[in-house]
Amino acid sequence: PGDTSVLAGLYGPAEAKVSKELPDRAALEVLLRPKVGLPGVLERSREQLLRQTCEAVVLGMLHPRTAITLVLQVLSDAGSLLSCCLNAACMALLDAGLPLAALFCGVTCALQPDGTILLDPTARQEQEARAIFTFAIASSERKVLMTNTKGSCSVEEMQQCLAAAQCAANTIFQFYRDSVRRRYSK
Amino acid sequence: AEALVGQVVLPGDLLLLPAHYDEDAEGERLRLSAGAAPQGRLLCGPGLRRSGAGLLVTKCGLLRHRPAGGGAYWVDSKQKRYVPVKGDHVIGIVTAKAGDVFRLDVGGSEPASLSYLAFEGATKRNRPNVQVGDLVYGQFVVANKDMEPEMVCIDSSGKSSGMGIIGQDGFLFKVSLGLIRKLLAPKCEIIQELSQLYPFELVLGMNGRIWVKAKTVQQTLIIVNILEACEYMTAEQRKQALAKLSGN
Repeated sequence: PGDTSVLAGLYGPAEAKVSKELPDRAALEVLLRPKVGLPGVLERSREQLLRQTCEAVVLGMLHPRTAITLVLQVLSDAGSLLSCCLNAACMALLDAGLPLAALFCGVTCALQPDGTILLDPTARQEQEARAIFTFAIASSERKVLMTNTKGSCSVEEMQQCLAAAQCAANTIFQFYRDSVRRRYSK
Repeated sequence: AEALVGQVVLPGDLLLLPAHYDEDAEGERLRLSAGAAPQGRLLCGPGLRRSGAGLLVTKCGLLRHRPAGGGAYWVDSKQKRYVPVKGDHVIGIVTAKAGDVFRLDVGGSEPASLSYLAFEGATKRNRPNVQVGDLVYGQFVVANKDMEPEMVCIDSSGKSSGMGIIGQDGFLFKVSLGLIRKLLAPKCEIIQELSQLYPFELVLGMNGRIWVKAKTVQQTLIIVNILEACEYMTAEQRKQALAKLSGN
């Protein structure tokens, strides 16, 4: 824990190309660049997950016909990459001052073969686990915005992982609050 | 909502207005609100939206309150990207001349348009001398999310009141919007302290752009560096820096 890091840059609301602009809301685009190599299919699918999560919270109605671009660069990957990207994306949206309906955070949950739940697993623990869940949880009543599952498990186990993730989300939201407080204290 | 004034709020926080405190408790018929409900209309400023019983915070920042009038709440945020608002005075850079209209870059999502007749004393025969790349200080007459923003360089009575083309030389740079609002506050300390250092001309645009001109290039650059650093320096650090400079 602590070795996965992602750099996020947000640009917008900026002028959109005529082919990409939407008449009633902002067009959100996410670009995810891996540490080495060219972006592949895995990065594209993660980009779409992030895009749909962000579109659910960003108030795009306030900026029609504009483009909001979010660029994520993976600096180091030691497990739980998708939830790290989610947290980086949320902090970038917060910092840039885009109007948001709620905050969100990403929590990864690994279900080990013996049934114990592990939060924020390392790459090694992810490989040994029976199932891995990534949840995007919103700050308003801890609703789930996005779920990504790898592996198989029963419905009860998934509910337990979800409950654990919602508790962990509180820690992350407190971290957001403290960072913002530090920024505005000067 | 009153308890949070002056504190950091995050998007997603729901603020309850004083008039609705008694709706908060379930099953109680007694009035709970001790404070009087604000008279008149409550103004919901930038960073807040009305939702149901209260105000939903949409940007992170410090919550501010002004009790004058019906009362107004807003969020002070330190963002850098500008979104055009009607009535704001901004510095724009001329990018193109299209017929009777100039296109200006104001740092928003679209270029703003400025008609050549919107200057003081301009007629169809007497056109203003504006070239591509000039700096113009004007205010928005039309600025909403659905239309292209339009600017003018005269106010409602037809006088220019300081607006128009900004002269040659000088230095244009960009800072965050929060710093501009701080500098525009009446009796701003930073400006008073800087004016004791060197005489200079200053134009502040609400889009985060500042234009400075002093007697020599070196003095101009010193003022630019101090203004840029003011964002992160505390008052004591700034006084120390200025004392060092005036001592030299």
